[in-house]
Amino acid sequence: MLAVEVEHIKKHYGEVRALDGVDLSIPLGGVYGLLGPNGAGKTTLVRILATLLKPTSGRARVLGVDVTEDPGAIRRRIGLAGQSAAVDELLTGRENLEMVGRLYGFDRVEALRRADDVLERIDLAEAANRTVKTYSGGMRRRLDLAASLVGHPELLIMDEPTTGLDPRSRQDLWDLIEELVEEGTTLLLTTQYLEEADRLARQLVVIDNGKVISRGTPNQLKAQLGGDVLELHLEDMGKIRLVLEQLEGLGSSPASVNDETGLISLTVGEDTGAVVEALRRLDQAAVKLRDLSLRKPTLDDVFLTLTGHAAEVSEPEPATGRRRRRKAKSGDRP
Amino acid sequence: MTAHAAIDPLRTRPEGVAGMVADIITVAKRNIIRVFRTPELLVFSTIQPIMFVLLFNYVFGGAIPIPGVEYINFLIPGIIIQTATFGASNTAIGLTEDLQAGIVDRFRSLPMARSAVLAGRVLADTLRNLWVILLSVGIGYLIGFRFQAGFVSAVLAILIATLFAFAMSWVFAAMGLLTKTPEAAQAAVFVPIFPFTFASSAFVPTETMPGWLQAFAENQPVTAAINAMRYLVLGESEFLNLNSGQVVEALAWSLLIFGVFFYVAVRLYRRSSE
Ligand SMILES: Nc1ncnc2c1ncn2[C@@H]1O[C@H](COP(=O)(O)OP(=O)(O)OP(=O)(O)O)[C@@H](O)[C@H]1O
Ligand SMILES: [Mg+2]
Repeated sequence: MLAVEVEHIKKHYGEVRALDGVDLSIPLGGVYGLLGPNGAGKTTLVRILATLLKPTSGRARVLGVDVTEDPGAIRRRIGLAGQSAAVDELLTGRENLEMVGRLYGFDRVEALRRADDVLERIDLAEAANRTVKTYSGGMRRRLDLAASLVGHPELLIMDEPTTGLDPRSRQDLWDLIEELVEEGTTLLLTTQYLEEADRLARQLVVIDNGKVISRGTPNQLKAQLGGDVLELHLEDMGKIRLVLEQLEGLGSSPASVNDETGLISLTVGEDTGAVVEALRRLDQAAVKLRDLSLRKPTLDDVFLTLTGHAAEVSEPEPATGRRRRRKAKSGDRP
Repeated sequence: MTAHAAIDPLRTRPEGVAGMVADIITVAKRNIIRVFRTPELLVFSTIQPIMFVLLFNYVFGGAIPIPGVEYINFLIPGIIIQTATFGASNTAIGLTEDLQAGIVDRFRSLPMARSAVLAGRVLADTLRNLWVILLSVGIGYLIGFRFQAGFVSAVLAILIATLFAFAMSWVFAAMGLLTKTPEAAQAAVFVPIFPFTFASSAFVPTETMPGWLQAFAENQPVTAAINAMRYLVLGESEFLNLNSGQVVEALAWSLLIFGVFFYVAVRLYRRSSE
């Protein structure tokens, strides 16, 4: 049996193709990562698998059960932590989890026992008897996650679980995820962070515009990307052309320029020599740098490399109201 | 399901109707806790009937002489059905809040009876409405209201009002599922509330209205519920045209409204996953 089997699934909202023919098979055990920018279709896929949404066409089986045939059987065996925390503000953390336990079918005593267990586990025991209204954003997300654990699911689906968590909570969550995997839970998690996928997932699939654009292990993906990126911010934007000439032949692919910000990126991989050489050449050409950084490849780079179109290419779909992260992100760079 | 028992023997909830009832109670309990933790809602839904009873009694009481009937005895059934209709509109607002907060998604992802999300909400709102009905009766008692037709009729009067509130909650459940956001629901609920509660026999006998309005006022469910309650409060009355047939009429309206809007609400709820 596979944890998830998706065959050519489509979900259309009128003209919008949220999912446009996705195939996926996720084995039992371990973490499976679903990567994609805003509007890629991650949440849509997650909602279909969690039986919240019916696909327009195609087939999806979760733990061997077809999502349209017996959603109840699936719900008994999965846990879902959605993209926004679905917890009741006016109940305490413990009351929230007790309610979820009751709705999973446990009696009061068992529901409370599980609520306390999970609260302990997710480090909310101290806040258990406070109303959620008094929780911070991160605490709410953790409580939402706790709710998805109450049923001891075989498959846990998490939609961007670490968005909005501080670094420590994120680390704690990663540890928890690893613990769960050790106990035999299968995890499907969506994320926008390559780093997170890299750290947790055994297998990744990258989607964009409702289509799978790449899949493989994190290492395979990173190999496709070519590794670390050298980023240059020039003092004098007029010298961009000169710099691009100077950098010719360095890195694993030609340097690229972000039109909006003027940032020049060069994928250098593990080759530190290329960094030294690039700086030497710029120094010789008397190019002044305002800023320079060597960073890990981001999802932006994945898209640059995988889709071949640059980050700021505008999208050919005006009426759908889609917001593109790539565009937004390049915009908020200084 | 045997497979399910094998997966987790600790899940003791029974299958079928008993399980559904258990889920409805769980959801209703959550909604009732919410009422108690929303002091504004509690205070306003308490003040509103007090204010209405006092205002209408002392403002209109002198202006509208009804031969042989104390105005307060005429008024209380009207106030109660009106307040119950207003109260039922909270079903729309509560439901949209849950939709927006993702609570409904949480429920949908759980192996619970689907109908419990709506039914648990309606049950809680009906109980809150029952409380307001009893409160209105209590306030009325302080300023001279009395049931004229005996204990059994009094209990039946309360039941008729509660059943009507229950049926109206299903109307507003459907409205909530259509409007989707609390803001939209807040505005939309007044569209049916105002004409139905004011163009009714709630505050003045319908005979005083112009012909076209009278035709509407006399043949709509709010008036039917008010008249039935009035009959159960006052007993038979030639002048006010009250008779036992109106109890049957009110029951029929409530069941019809419940039947239609239960169906509509459940359909809308199902459709929201497509
Ligand atoms: N109910 C809906 N009606 C119309 N379009 C929708 C609806 N839900 C989603 N979409 C569209 O489907 C596309 C995919 O959305 P989805 O929420 O799955 O993206 P996502 O990958 O989860 O994005 P994010 O990272 O922002 O959460 C988007 O273009 C979105 O606008
Ligand atoms: Mg999403």
